[in-house]
Formats: sequence, structure tokens, C-alpha cells
Amino acid sequence: MFGELWESFTDALEGLGSVVHFLFRLIVNSPRVLLRFTLISQQIFNSGALSLVIIMLSGLFVGMVLGLQGFQLLQRFGSEEALGTAATIGLVKELGPVVTALLFAGRAGTALASELGLMRATDQISAMEMMAVDPIQRVVVPRFLGGVIAMPLLAAIFSVIGIYGAQLVGVQVMGVDSGSFWSQMRAAVDLSDVTEGIVKSLAFGVACSLIAVYQGYYSTPTAEGVGRATTRTVVTSAVVILFLDYLITAAFL
Amino acid sequence: MRKSRTLNLGTGSFVLLGFAALFFLTTQTTSRGLSFFGPAHYDLTAKFDNIGDLKVGAPVSMSGVEVGRVVKIDFDSNDYKAVVLLRLNERYNKIPTDSDASIYTQGLLGGKFIGLTAGGADTYLKDKDQIDFTQSAFVLENLIGQVLANFTKSKADALTPAAADPKATEKTK
Repeated sequence: MFGELWESFTDALEGLGSVVHFLFRLIVNSPRVLLRFTLISQQIFNSGALSLVIIMLSGLFVGMVLGLQGFQLLQRFGSEEALGTAATIGLVKELGPVVTALLFAGRAGTALASELGLMRATDQISAMEMMAVDPIQRVVVPRFLGGVIAMPLLAAIFSVIGIYGAQLVGVQVMGVDSGSFWSQMRAAVDLSDVTEGIVKSLAFGVACSLIAVYQGYYSTPTAEGVGRATTRTVVTSAVVILFLDYLITAAFL
Repeated sequence: MRKSRTLNLGTGSFVLLGFAALFFLTTQTTSRGLSFFGPAHYDLTAKFDNIGDLKVGAPVSMSGVEVGRVVKIDFDSNDYKAVVLLRLNERYNKIPTDSDASIYTQGLLGGKFIGLTAGGADTYLKDKDQIDFTQSAFVLENLIGQVLANFTKSKADALTPAAADPKATEKTK
């Protein structure tokens, strides 16, 4: 019983170590891959542009809910003009990066993991190694970098659409004054709030992409293994995102 | 070739959209405006006995018009005063040297801001100058404390008229 527990603990530690090792390999190989930008651009398209529809739709609805809930709450204190501030700070600092990262893990992370897992299962990665093509450089790093670049942009788009959604419900439907909505927001939102959101989304981008490519690259080369790799990608990403979110929020306080 | 063109087009428009969103967030939702480094400005210092809850970023206004912002608040341990660094827009560079700075409250319980009142001198404040005439923040708690102290004192006087009025005691003698 105790031995099993100890074994699973050392297994977890070993897994963490190999993730860190993998990250270092990716970073060391990154400068050389940056010169072949076509590869990265393709991955930005895959994980960024193709996630755009789900991100924009979710952002709109999250913003609309914020507008509705915020209005309900602020109206009790007779300060519904603060709706713009409340919605924007909530979106830019917290909801934008976190919800985008969770959606990103579900939409792009799983795609990355299953793609790499299938490459492993169908021996495409071994074939590359045999042709003296480094699969890390040719396949893994472009996907990793593509995700890292796409994530902050997606989070920014999410926040902007969310603010529009809040404005749509608050100003157009509930009748908050449009001028005070925007001017109070501008007076209260600081540039450091926006920076915090960007730092968060960048960190989440690194974490999500790293977990996805790691799980895919080291998946068991069977149909079941690929399935497990995609599941693990989503679960681990979600936990790591929320953990990092707490850390970064505390650091910026 | 055809495929890579549509692909690049997609990537390009996505990146453009993303940066447009970032631009919107930094310029439209904050008070930064379009300029990234802020307009031309000059700095003044002012020493206050008590700044209340004045915060960095609070506006500096003259006649109700915002002319600058508070950029730094420090404590001078030599004369036990708060040192406030004000950053004023270069457009408003004709502030007389004998102007005074006071800390006011926005609304009844709102945030604090600094109001400058122009003096009558012919020379104007320059960068790194100090505003000599200052008036501290009006701290509501102090006022309440004073009122309460007065109230209890007058109540005590009313209870013991003999002690409060020496003439009365003389008469009774």
C-alpha cells in the first residue's frame, strides 16, 4: 500500500522532470525554427485562426452574461455606470485569459496531442528520424511556438468581443448611459490591468502548448494511447491553467 | 501555391485581428490614449503634512481642468512630510511660483485629488521645482474625532457648571 503510493509519487516526479527536459529541448531548438517561419505560420493558422469562431462566440456570451449580472448587482447600489469598469476589469484580467486558455486546450490542445500521437502511432516520427530529419525541429517546435503566439492574440480578441457583449446588454438593452460606460471604464482601468492579462495569456499559451505537444509526442503508439493522451492534455491543462492563474494574480497584487 | 496563399491570408488576418484587439485594449479601455510615452511633461514636487488616502495616478487639476497626474508618493524622514511628485502636461507651463497645492476629495467619499490655485508671481514653475504653499488633506476621521471631543467636553461642562464658570463659584461664596 505504502510502496504503491511512493511509486506513484516518484512516477509523478519523473513525469514532471521529463516535461521540464522537453521544454528545454523545445527552447534550445526554437531559434533555428524561427528562421523557417512558414512552418510556424501554418501552426498559427491551425491553432489560432481555426479557434477564432469558438473564441469569439464564447467571448460574446461571457460578456453578455457579465453585462446582465453586473447590471443586476450594480443597480441595487444605484451605480450601474460602473458596469463598464466591472466588465472590463473582469474580462481583461481574469475571464479573458482563463476561459480562452480552457477553450484553447479543448480546441487546439487536443488537436495537437492527437495529431502528434497519431504520427507516433503510425511511425511517422520514426520515419523522420530515419531520414535524419529532427522531428522535434520539424514537427514539435513549430506547433509549440504557433500555440504560444496564438494564445495571447486569442485572449485579446476574447476580451474585446466580451466588452462589446457587455456593452450590448448594458447600454443597448438595459439603458446604461453610453458615455459614462466608456468614460468610467477609461478612468478606472489601468495599463497594468491589461499587462496582467497579456502576461497571463502568454503563460497559459506556453503551458497549454507544452502539455499538448508533450502528451502527443510521448503517447503510447496505440489507438487507446492517443485517446488517453488527448484526455490527459485537457485535464492537465485545465488544472495547470487555474494554478498558474492564482500564482500570477498573487504576483501582480 | 494556391493553398499556401489562402493559408498565409488566414494567418495574416488572424494576427492582424489579434493585434488590433491588443491595440484596442491598451488605448480604448485605459486612459492611456494614443500616445505610448505620454505627452511632453514636467515634474513638480510638493510636501504635505498629511496626504490622506491620495493615490498614485490621482489627477492634478486647476480650476477643475485636469492638468497632470500624481506619479510618485514618498515620505521624507527628515522633516516627517509626504513628498508628492506631480507630472504636469507641458501645455500648462505658466503656473506662478507662489501657487498653492491642496488635497481635495471628489464628492463626499470619493478619491482624493490635488487642486492647484494660481498665485500672482511673474515667474513660473519649472521642471523639478517645489510648490511651497501646500494644504493637507481633509481627513474625515480627524474631524469626527474633534467634533466628538468637543461634544463630550461641552457635555461635561454642562454637568458641572461650578467647575466651568469661576464667577459662579465666587458668587456662591
